[in-house]
Amino acid sequence: MTQPVPTSNSLSPTRSFQGLILTLQNFWAAKGCVILQPYDMEVGAGTFHPATTLRALGPKRWNAAYVQPSRRPKDGRYGENPNRFQHYYQFQVILKPSPVNIQELYLESLEAIGIDTKVHDVRFVEDDWESPTLGAWGLGWECWCDGMEVSQFTYFQQVAGQECSPVAGELTYGLERLAMYLQGVDNGFELNFNGLEGEDKVTYGDVFRQAEEEYSRHNFEYADTDKLFRNFAEAEKECKALLAAGDREEGRHLQVLPAYDQCIKASHAFNLLDARGVISVTERQSYILRVRELAKACGAAWVKTEAGGA
Amino acid sequence: MPELLFELFSEEIPARMQRQAAADLQRMVTNALVDAGVTYEGAKAYATPRRLCLTIHGLPAHQPDVREEKKGPRVGAPDAAVQGFLKSAGLNSLDEAKIESDPKKGEFYVAIIEKKGRPTLELLADILPATIRAFPWPKSMRWGPQSATPGSLRWVRPLRAIVATFGAEGDEPEIVPFEIDGIKSGNVTYGHRFLAPAAITVKRFEDYVSKLEAAKVVLDADRRKEIIKADAATQSFAQGLEVVEDEGLLEEVAGLVEWPVVLMGSFEEAFLDVPGEVVRATIRANQKCFVVRKSDGSLANRFLLTSNIEATDGGTTIINGNERVIRARLSDAKFFWDTDRKVWANDPEFKRLEKFRNVTFHEKLGSQWDRIERIRALAKELCKVTGADEKLVNDAVTICKLDLQTEVVGEFPEVQGLMGRKYATIAGLPASVAAACEEHYKPIGPTDTVPTDKVSVTVALADKLDTLVGFWAIDEKPTGSKDPYALRRAALGVIRLIVENGVRVSLSELVARHASCPGLARASTTSDGGIAADLLSFFHDRLKVMLRDNGARHDLVDAVLGNGEMNDDLLLVVRRVEALGKFLETDDGKSLLAGYKRAANILRAEEKKDGEGAFEAKVEPAVLVEPAEKALLEALSIAGEAASLALSKQDYAAAMTAMAALRAPVDAFFEAVLVNAEDPALRKARLGMLAALRRVTRQVADFSKIAG
Repeated sequence: MTQPVPTSNSLSPTRSFQGLILTLQNFWAAKGCVILQPYDMEVGAGTFHPATTLRALGPKRWNAAYVQPSRRPKDGRYGENPNRFQHYYQFQVILKPSPVNIQELYLESLEAIGIDTKVHDVRFVEDDWESPTLGAWGLGWECWCDGMEVSQFTYFQQVAGQECSPVAGELTYGLERLAMYLQGVDNGFELNFNGLEGEDKVTYGDVFRQAEEEYSRHNFEYADTDKLFRNFAEAEKECKALLAAGDREEGRHLQVLPAYDQCIKASHAFNLLDARGVISVTERQSYILRVRELAKACGAAWVKTEAGGA
Repeated sequence: MPELLFELFSEEIPARMQRQAAADLQRMVTNALVDAGVTYEGAKAYATPRRLCLTIHGLPAHQPDVREEKKGPRVGAPDAAVQGFLKSAGLNSLDEAKIESDPKKGEFYVAIIEKKGRPTLELLADILPATIRAFPWPKSMRWGPQSATPGSLRWVRPLRAIVATFGAEGDEPEIVPFEIDGIKSGNVTYGHRFLAPAAITVKRFEDYVSKLEAAKVVLDADRRKEIIKADAATQSFAQGLEVVEDEGLLEEVAGLVEWPVVLMGSFEEAFLDVPGEVVRATIRANQKCFVVRKSDGSLANRFLLTSNIEATDGGTTIINGNERVIRARLSDAKFFWDTDRKVWANDPEFKRLEKFRNVTFHEKLGSQWDRIERIRALAKELCKVTGADEKLVNDAVTICKLDLQTEVVGEFPEVQGLMGRKYATIAGLPASVAAACEEHYKPIGPTDTVPTDKVSVTVALADKLDTLVGFWAIDEKPTGSKDPYALRRAALGVIRLIVENGVRVSLSELVARHASCPGLARASTTSDGGIAADLLSFFHDRLKVMLRDNGARHDLVDAVLGNGEMNDDLLLVVRRVEALGKFLETDDGKSLLAGYKRAANILRAEEKKDGEGAFEAKVEPAVLVEPAEKALLEALSIAGEAASLALSKQDYAAAMTAMAALRAPVDAFFEAVLVNAEDPALRKARLGMLAALRRVTRQVADFSKIAG
């Protein structure tokens, strides 16, 4: 077999999923961002990555970009819905403080991935962002391209219960949807992943369809709820214990990142339990509050660390 | 005269806030000017997604000078008083004060304080930044490096530039100088984000508007709306179609673009299998596009989008993009619609109702399940007065909220009710049961139609009464402008259902009984009787508002409600108001009212002397002398009986006719008889007849509350 040769063409953001990711990474790297790798835990959105949640806090400059696989167990559709997946990718950019030309930078990034504003109708439509589980809110927009939401744009005002000072700007690109648009594909599973054609072509479905099927079964049918309830309680307990252990009344906090990992674990356990349908409406609110309390405690501890500006 | 041009250029302002923001900007700046004694000829404010603009013309160059006289102490007053006066008047010594005298006070000091008016430019340099800082955005934010500083500027989205020029026509305007959070006021703004992003130097409003227009910005939202409306209509007309008008959407869309360009797209005919309301809701809510209909009223497979650019390819790419999104959205909608229908087909026993046990209706009022059961009990009671079939009503109650569990309603709450009807129809339920799913929410507001089907009327009444009694029980009544549970609307709905369907029901009893049902009694903070009385007076208030809005004289409503009865049968109240209104249009009515007023005035005066109720005793015919008074006594007795008989049959026309018979005897009485006769017994008897007249009329209404 001959080795297929990826060309610059096959890595064009309009030809391949990976080309889109690489283009965004290169773009934001050129703008001075550190390009991070995905956080190695199950999270519901790119915002959960400590590079956003925690780094958004405190006075220090912080510019980062990364891809984050995101898991929303409830969005599983057994691989039958072309638009909705329980596992998908977000491309996340965090710029602190938010630069004066942040909108222009964003539009430039769209140009870079092939969205020409001479023929595409790009719009900033009001969207107030709030994450009850993270104790966070901000104002901004959904960014529309020809009527499709391609990104979220938020000026963080508060994260993990802490006022943002200074404010960070957060850009989140929904990669599958953006790629579908760029490639002109109506079904997410038909996205060209590697930009090659013929027998060398790998689609998004080749990579992820089986996972969507299996995880949908898992999320809705097989996930062990007793274990998940235990996981939630244990993660909650450990998060609090670590925060208590790392707290030096005077001086810096020593255990924020490990504690925050437990907050992420609790949140994911909750999402799975929610998908399994074992949490009633009233309980739901109280679980969200419990995760928020963890996030807020982590936020309060973070500002007592070096990276948090203490 | 000079004019002000003030523009606040920012990142995209939410569409729903723009109009109010423009009004607030105008109000704040002009109020501040007026407070400073500066008048102006005219002002107008505008908003686009990226700017708020205010122009004020006919401003003076200077604030007017102010001359004020300040009275001081007597000549020769203690030094402390003199020093205080000098200090407060800003004088250096008494030499700068005048001495005046008046006969009472003698000689005293007067300071003349003259304040030179400041240049308007300088005044504006204070007012404009103060306006920006105090601007009442519903939600505001911080941004950028300066957000680390406490007290940094908050704005709806980052503020990027400020234009503030001031000057007369023909002159080079000056810049109103100020700086706020690092943004300096100037004379530079920017055109359309994509079509003409370059900086533009402006002088005053006139060239500002035309330069913006050249830079692809239509400043006036109303003009943007007109453009969109006209273009949408033209493009639809060309296809033999018609735009489904949507003022709310038009307003929003006009707030999303600076340069509106309307484009038409289409979707697959097959999606038209989904109910039109759902198609419209999908396209409207998610895509902010208009839908169009054919001449037969059904939806066409077209939509109209409003883009913000003149695309170099004529809009093909934009249309394609929007079509793809709409296709995906409609696929979702179709999927929801198909899924819901399957659920309805597979669960004909409605076992899924159990899920409502876990859905909170209100923290203090229990679950949705509890609420449905309360509605069920109440609806059963109501069948007695509406004459609806109990079985059908019971079935309707069972499923009336079931569409809340559907995917379509989960996605588009605005089609709640309508979907229930559709699914119930498909499930083969009786037409009136299906209709009740939709109609029990009605009427929504004063102009909405009122259901007439007895099943719908019954469930609608039960639904609204349960809401009202429930929130009354937990003391969550509307106050002032706050009515989060739309209780005023619910009460108006009850009234309209009762009146327009001729339902006879004693509301107080019903309310008191419902308030004592276990679920509500447990939640209640008030006694059942207290709830009933209070709620009834709430109904009376809403009834007054409704009748007044319908053009009825509200003095008649007050008069009818003032008859000393409970008036908890609202239908009868309305009928009495109608009958009274008609009666008062006749000569008999007018004349009787005049006679009544005369009688009441005399009674009031005489009751002051003899005491309240002094003339209520039965009149002895033997005391009477004049034929006219004997005749009146006779007439009163006949009319009184006839009216009360008619009233007991709720025959208000007959009651009025009975009273009309009093007109002639009353007129004759006043003509022939001096009420305050010297003979005390005769006086008392005559006054007694007037009191009887008052009693007879009060059976119908308190005539003293009637104007004229």
